[in-house]
Amino acid sequence: MHSILKTSLAALVAAGVTASSAAADGHALSGELNIISDMSNPAPRAVMEGLAEDFGALHPGLEVNLTIVDREAWKTQIRNALGANPPDVVNWYAANRMRPYVDAGLFADISDLWAEPEFEALASTKGAMTLDGAQWGVPYTYYQWGVYYRKDIFDQYGLSEPSNWEEELANCQTLLDNGVKCYTIGTKFLWTAGGWFDYINSRTNGYDFHIALARGEVEWTDDRVRQTFANWRQLIDMGAFIDDHQTYSWQEALPFMVNGEAASYLMGNFAVAAMRDGGLTDDQLDFYQFPVINPDVDFAEDAPTDTFHIPSGAQNMDAAKEFLRFVTSAEVQTEINSGAGLGQLPVNANASIDDDKFLAQGFDMLSNNAGGGIMQFFDRDFEAEMASVGMEGLQEFMVFPDNLDDILERLEETRQRIYQ
Amino acid sequence: MATAAPNRGWYKRNEIAITPWLFLLPAMIFFAVYVIIPIGQSFWISLHEWDGLGDKTWVGTANYERLLGWGDANIDRKFETSFWNNIKWLVLYLLAIPAGLFIALFLNQTVTGIRFYKSMFFFPFVISQVVVGLVFSWFYLPREGLLNAVLGFFGAGPVNILGDPTLATYGIIAAGLWPQTAYCMILYLTGLNAVDPEQVEAARLDGAKGHKMLWYVILPQLKPATFIAFVVTIIGALRSFDLISVMTNGGPFGSTRVLSFYMFEESLSEFGFRMGFGAAIAVVLFFIMLGFIAYFLYSMYRDEKGAH
Repeated sequence: MHSILKTSLAALVAAGVTASSAAADGHALSGELNIISDMSNPAPRAVMEGLAEDFGALHPGLEVNLTIVDREAWKTQIRNALGANPPDVVNWYAANRMRPYVDAGLFADISDLWAEPEFEALASTKGAMTLDGAQWGVPYTYYQWGVYYRKDIFDQYGLSEPSNWEEELANCQTLLDNGVKCYTIGTKFLWTAGGWFDYINSRTNGYDFHIALARGEVEWTDDRVRQTFANWRQLIDMGAFIDDHQTYSWQEALPFMVNGEAASYLMGNFAVAAMRDGGLTDDQLDFYQFPVINPDVDFAEDAPTDTFHIPSGAQNMDAAKEFLRFVTSAEVQTEINSGAGLGQLPVNANASIDDDKFLAQGFDMLSNNAGGGIMQFFDRDFEAEMASVGMEGLQEFMVFPDNLDDILERLEETRQRIYQ
Repeated sequence: MATAAPNRGWYKRNEIAITPWLFLLPAMIFFAVYVIIPIGQSFWISLHEWDGLGDKTWVGTANYERLLGWGDANIDRKFETSFWNNIKWLVLYLLAIPAGLFIALFLNQTVTGIRFYKSMFFFPFVISQVVVGLVFSWFYLPREGLLNAVLGFFGAGPVNILGDPTLATYGIIAAGLWPQTAYCMILYLTGLNAVDPEQVEAARLDGAKGHKMLWYVILPQLKPATFIAFVVTIIGALRSFDLISVMTNGGPFGSTRVLSFYMFEESLSEFGFRMGFGAAIAVVLFFIMLGFIAYFLYSMYRDEKGAH
């Protein structure tokens, strides 16, 4: 995968078709460019290494130093990294997640970059990158969430993609009758349960209600929230989810699907690469949008955006900005988001989508069938403390649904304290 | 020589009084900078609300009220769980002392290859806690784990120890006991080397054997080893952080948290950065530890005094 990407990117460089070449002509970049990236999973890592290498090849006078940090570890290390002797470019996430660093003045305001004409192609995420009226980073990728399922198993039992909740439950019952679990999930690190809540809540009560809940404007003990949990509980009571999921990480839950013990997985598109690595072919795998629960509300979709930022203490601001131009250019975004790279969706509107059925479906879904709105995900939409207490409660609910009243009371107590 | 006395410098005149302090100075500076001052800072931070980046806001004792349930607030449930888990750790971890003693007595013999056996028993203490945690979490895996394979062989149902909120803490303590027992064993093995053979001989002549010999003759001579084993085990129980982090990450639903893990979660984890509240937990943990430290210091002081 790495070599394909490298050769194709090298070809790209040789052809001189990067959007940045014009700007680079003005003055040669020199010195060092220090990048700290959290793209530590195998496929993203290869992409990031390719990016650094090609950017270095474009600017021979520049020494590009790339440090790749474990993705989970980076979520806490970023604070130290931004403090003393910061790098020039870092990875982070869009929306509320930028808040602490923007408030503390650790991210550089790059509104001037966004004012350049090339950046109009990124307009769809400008809102997610804007805080306090300025832009603080650039997106390089986003990806859809949805249900990835074993098409061969569905065919075997004569099932088709469900479009509403009744069909969903009926499918699930058929699978269970045949000894196959409907869903695999690993909730050890909690966030996977957040995806389920995002979907069932937004399908039950709509995007606006979900975001109001995220902002702390609705009580957790509200009847509408209870309705969400009641819908969720239908699946739990059927035994739709694999047993002992509280012990597994999301990766450890994959073998259940690969071995055919579970038929589907509500996940982000990044899981496709892992499923293919596990030996599933594209004939066995397929994707469907999370089905309608309440026909009165429009579809809302989780599509988290991953980003690059410049720390305000960056030493080589010129090179850092040039790098952001490079990663947001249509050609590079097409390249890095292709099936051979990240296998995700490019943000640049002029970029093309790779010929990959999951990307094509995801792109179509997000462009044409997400009228409700785009959610950034439970742990990015909700305030940090609310998210951590919330996801713990969701995990408990999935194991002991009878504890619901106690869980909701606890969440409500937290909400009142945080959003007072 | 005596004529030079009035001309001696200030240092020369006070040499005897000053030199000990000069030798103590580096240690005192480091102890102050890395231990005493941070303790004071923790107290100070615990009276604020602070995200670690921006400005601190003074909130007085609000963090403690929330944590301990002073006034009209309910006691913080996570704190309650963590506190009781700490107690479980402290009590059950002490099992490492008798277990270590037993293995040490068993290995304290001269047969071919005893050094090899001893090092094999000591092996778990050499590997990192993180590795111990990983090995045990595989051992406990609900389907593939060795534990369930063994239980299945005897017809007992599968258990998911780390996924069950009532069992998970005990599962982690059992993992922690493995290296800790090895540590206590090594302490007792060296202690047994120092046992006076003449006393054993004399006791034997008087007809002592079996557990009477152990209880009245051997154990009193092992008292220094027992004290050290007690100290390191209590300290080990209080720093159970790494095993918990690796094996359950505090879950399922926070049932395996201990105070140190809760403190880390509130102040330094992905969804944390509530430095004030985290510092308040640290202060409470400090007072718990202070109880033990005071006891250790007192018993050491008593022993010193008894020696003279």
